[in-house]
Amino acid sequence: MSDLKRLLSYLGSYRRDAVLGAIAVALETSIELIIPLLMARIIDEGIVQRDFRIIFSQGALMLVCALASLGLGLAYARFAARVAMGLGANLRQAEYEKIQTFAFGNIDRYQTSSLVTRLTTDITVIQNAISSGFRPMVRGPVILLMGLFYACSMNMELAGVFFVVLPALGIALGLITWRVLPLYRTLQESMDDLNGAVQEDLTAMRAVKAYVREDHERNVFARVNGALAGRSTRTFSTAVLNLPVHQLSMYTTATLVLWIGGNMIIAGRLTVGELTSFMSYVLQIMNSLMMISNVFLLLTRALTSVRRVGEVLDEEPELALPAPEEALREVPDGSIEFRQVDFKYRADAAANVLEGVDLFIPAGSTVGILGGTGSGKSSLVQLICRLYDPSAGSVLVGGADVRSYDVAALRDAVGIVLQNNVLFSGTIRENLKWGNPDATDEELLAACKLACADEFLDRIGGLDGELGQGGAGVSGGQKQRLCIARTLLKHPRIMIFDDSTSAVDMATDAKIRANLTTLVDVTCLIIAQRITSVMDADLIVVLDDGRIHALGTHDELLAGDSIYQEIYASQMERAQEATAAGGALGAPAGKGGERDGR
Amino acid sequence: MAAKTTARARPKNLRHTLARLLAYMGHAKISLAVVAVLVSISAVANLVGTYMVRPVVNALEQGHAEQLPALCAFTAGVYALGVLSALGYTQTMVRAAQKVVYDIRRDLFSHIQRLPLSYFDRTRTGDVMSFFTNDVDTVAEALNNSFANLIQASIQMVGTMVVLFILNWQLTLITVACDLIIALYIKYSGSRSGRFFAKQQNALGALDGYVEEMVSGQKVVKVFNHEAANVAEFFERNDELRAAGTSAQAYAATMVPATVCIGYANYAIVAVVGALLAINGMVDVGALASYVVFVRQAAMPINQFTQLGNFLLNALAGAERLFGAMELEPEVDAGTVTLERTGERSWAWKVPDGMGIGAYGKLVAQDASACSEAVRGGEDVPARASGACATETVRGADGTMLACGRIPLRGDVRFHDVDFGYVPGHLVLENLNLFAKPGQKIAFVGSTGAGKTTITNLINRFYEIDGGEITYDGIDVRNIAKSDLRRSLGIVLQDTHLFTGTIADNIRFGKLDATDEEVRAAAEAACADSFIRRLPEGYDTMVTSDGANLSQGQRQLLAIARVAVADPPVLILDEATSSIDTRTEKLIERGMDRIMEGRTTFMIAHRLSTVRNADAIMVLEHGKIIERGTHEQLLALHGEYWQLYQGLKELD
Repeated sequence: MSDLKRLLSYLGSYRRDAVLGAIAVALETSIELIIPLLMARIIDEGIVQRDFRIIFSQGALMLVCALASLGLGLAYARFAARVAMGLGANLRQAEYEKIQTFAFGNIDRYQTSSLVTRLTTDITVIQNAISSGFRPMVRGPVILLMGLFYACSMNMELAGVFFVVLPALGIALGLITWRVLPLYRTLQESMDDLNGAVQEDLTAMRAVKAYVREDHERNVFARVNGALAGRSTRTFSTAVLNLPVHQLSMYTTATLVLWIGGNMIIAGRLTVGELTSFMSYVLQIMNSLMMISNVFLLLTRALTSVRRVGEVLDEEPELALPAPEEALREVPDGSIEFRQVDFKYRADAAANVLEGVDLFIPAGSTVGILGGTGSGKSSLVQLICRLYDPSAGSVLVGGADVRSYDVAALRDAVGIVLQNNVLFSGTIRENLKWGNPDATDEELLAACKLACADEFLDRIGGLDGELGQGGAGVSGGQKQRLCIARTLLKHPRIMIFDDSTSAVDMATDAKIRANLTTLVDVTCLIIAQRITSVMDADLIVVLDDGRIHALGTHDELLAGDSIYQEIYASQMERAQEATAAGGALGAPAGKGGERDGR
Repeated sequence: MAAKTTARARPKNLRHTLARLLAYMGHAKISLAVVAVLVSISAVANLVGTYMVRPVVNALEQGHAEQLPALCAFTAGVYALGVLSALGYTQTMVRAAQKVVYDIRRDLFSHIQRLPLSYFDRTRTGDVMSFFTNDVDTVAEALNNSFANLIQASIQMVGTMVVLFILNWQLTLITVACDLIIALYIKYSGSRSGRFFAKQQNALGALDGYVEEMVSGQKVVKVFNHEAANVAEFFERNDELRAAGTSAQAYAATMVPATVCIGYANYAIVAVVGALLAINGMVDVGALASYVVFVRQAAMPINQFTQLGNFLLNALAGAERLFGAMELEPEVDAGTVTLERTGERSWAWKVPDGMGIGAYGKLVAQDASACSEAVRGGEDVPARASGACATETVRGADGTMLACGRIPLRGDVRFHDVDFGYVPGHLVLENLNLFAKPGQKIAFVGSTGAGKTTITNLINRFYEIDGGEITYDGIDVRNIAKSDLRRSLGIVLQDTHLFTGTIADNIRFGKLDATDEEVRAAAEAACADSFIRRLPEGYDTMVTSDGANLSQGQRQLLAIARVAVADPPVLILDEATSSIDTRTEKLIERGMDRIMEGRTTFMIAHRLSTVRNADAIMVLEHGKIIERGTHEQLLALHGEYWQLYQGLKELD
């Protein structure tokens, strides 16, 4: 019920349409109930009294009723469509806006595909339920009430039957619903299991085929499929009980009315005509109940979708924002400090990803971060622009806790080139302007030049070159350079490169780093796999298992740190040759401007 | 590339789809027959029960009050029968529908398992998923609700029509005319609403595409404070969909009032004409009264039919998509040469009796008697018992020399003039020749899109070549049973996909009956043992949603362990260590070396350092091998490889 209430709260400006639509349906339904009365006049008065005037006037009235119901029906069609689509649009909008407020932690909790489904399919299901449920939802109660009213006013004694049967029916339906609702929930679980199995199989199709595990997968699927079929049978076989129960009560009523009414006729307390009319009300009332219960079924099915949408709407953004009036809007300088920082992605996770990190990075310096897979490099830098908050300790940027800044201001000042970066469909220009919407073409080109993206720009159609979905159309190395350019356009005080040149060749990598040194007053953090990418840094941080293993310059670490030595050794032959190559390349890298000038 | 779910509201090939659906319903023949009978009983009981008012009234009017109890008892009996059959048919129907749907899902999944990879390349996972969710659901619902309702509505309609004709055929002509108008209107309106729905569908597709792209890039959106701009753009698209949806729904919703209106008009005309006829004594009043009651009832099933029709068309459209997928050509698998284990670490290809392997790995019929009994492949001559593989060279029917019997698996892979393209007319590999001698390590190097992965995908026949042949121990791979071919090849893929289950289960994916010791040994070989043991529950730690709780590097280690437990004769490593840092890579190098020991290995490497001790390195560019040789030879060449090695060129 609370789900329904919340749903209605998103009607917004469409509440008026909902009310008007409901009125239209109610009027249309009343007309439907009036027509038999007109008919009765034709028969009882027109024919019996051979009065052509009444026959034609009542006939004409019927036609008017037909036209009126058409008009009302058309009006209702428009209103109902507006309500269903409007509500859907409002819900979708609210949901999307909510997702925009999600912190990284919230995003991690949902899968992309799940969020997409919640924004699309689930909303469509809700819309369909509304547009097909609107009419019976109003009609059912109207017919029920009017039918009961007519029946009671016609003969109270006979109508008494309703007051015995209807409560019994209500109890029976209540019992069925009470049993079915929890079943629906477990049914949904079975469905999720099945979907999960299919999705897993599809994403891992290559592995399945390579290991000839089709039969194994079939067995896995057979299990979930059987479970789903079993649960569906249990659920639906209970749910469909409502049909025989309805029929039983309708037929009981009809038989009782026939019996009691018949005896009343014998006793002379009822006319034959009254009994036949009364019977038609029995049919109407019982049908209206069926209609109402069908609407319930329809809504129950949509309820899962409502809940899934509700989950998104209820999700609390993980970042606690500072009060807007107290939030700092200016990042004074690019210094960074970690004070006893512990971090884990989920509060219930067993182990910390980062533990006891203490680190100070002065403004304007270049820092390299090295470490094995899973050592916490990405986690460390993501705390700086508050993509996540530390579980303990604090992170300071420009001397102030990151939590005291206005998030937008902080993120404007801290540019990060993510590891799994994406470009979006649209032109290169549109993509770059994410960094700065007001940038001129000159500024865009300058940023491209710094990121060494100018070299291939012409080949992909210049700034007007179109990219496909997810940035399709450029190679991995090209994409990385465009992502760097995009971040440069923000003119941040702190630039973070999270392994963001992994697909770029070493010469270009060196050149980009050389270009970056021309930026003044910008603190650069570079996460890299290659030792060559960080060996010139002012400070190198070696992370191991979430802790700072060593700090120092290349020479210091090479002399004293075991892990650094090992990394160095594993890359040594390459590194030596690359240094040689780098030496040979020193000229073009150093004279980047000249080369770009061509 | 915008994702478009081209959900057509109408099925295109109705007859065919219906036939297939009926065939599936045939799986529950008996139940459905029972349902049909019970529904009919229930419908007739309803008609009879409703009709019973008339005899009761007649009896009372004629003063036969003593008949009332009997008539009421009869009515109650008829109704009881109706309720019981309703109970019976609804319960039976639920079970029958679930049986049919279970079978459809099973066959669909089974068939999808057999589709070639090219299908999955061009189809989004979500689209395949929607077969199982949306399409199967609509079919299930249609079965649950429509089958019984259709029979019931038909009986009611026919019954009512019969009664109407009996009561007064002249008036019934008017009713029939009105029903025809309704039917024509429905048809016309249906074809018109298609246009509106197409527009709605387009708007929905555009929004879906936008949402998918933006939600997957949500983290980037946050980093650039781009939320507000996104909301604004979303609003535009959302509003477009709202407008298109409103006109489509509004139009579709006019159907009911229109038919209701025609129904009323019918009622009015019948009433007036009937009254005139009654005044002229051509019908009696009582008959007219019951006639108009039935006229109203006659309109009901038509409305029901309309709704059912839409419902069914929807379901059939879903069914058409399902059956469409089930009719897709499965992977070609006509190979008859099978793999046999002949010893602890030795395998042999078993050539079917009466056949032999000729030039270019072709399978040629031979004179059966030419091959001696000892090498025949019958079950009574187990390879293991004979100690080794018995291969014999015989003269084939066409006079060429053929190898028959069991050919030892050595891991000799050759490409002869291979052409291949993912899409027809666009070759990715052209005229490719290469060979790997047994036990050799062959490395592929080159930029993305040069065709490295493609080559390995052809060896295990993920894709079919367009020209030339690939031979494996002298046998054309197309002549080898696909499952056996793939069993003989161990592949570590670029992206490691893990399955829901424990870590041990995931390693065991390589060999389903591996013992715990084997799993552990494999993990040790892949250097995965140490990190696994540090997990909260060690080997029994559950892997959740595609290994989200493991790092990319750890997943790759598991993939290597998986191939180690499978213990295949030939290895294909597709950037198997790309996500492992150089230090860890160094650590697992020994394990990898042990796994590669004595096996033919194809490797694609991201880091050149990992390929330097390969027996041959192929440098690929645009689907052609531009350089080949050992590390030293290639460096001496001062060509492409040298440039790559010096970091002068991008590898990606």
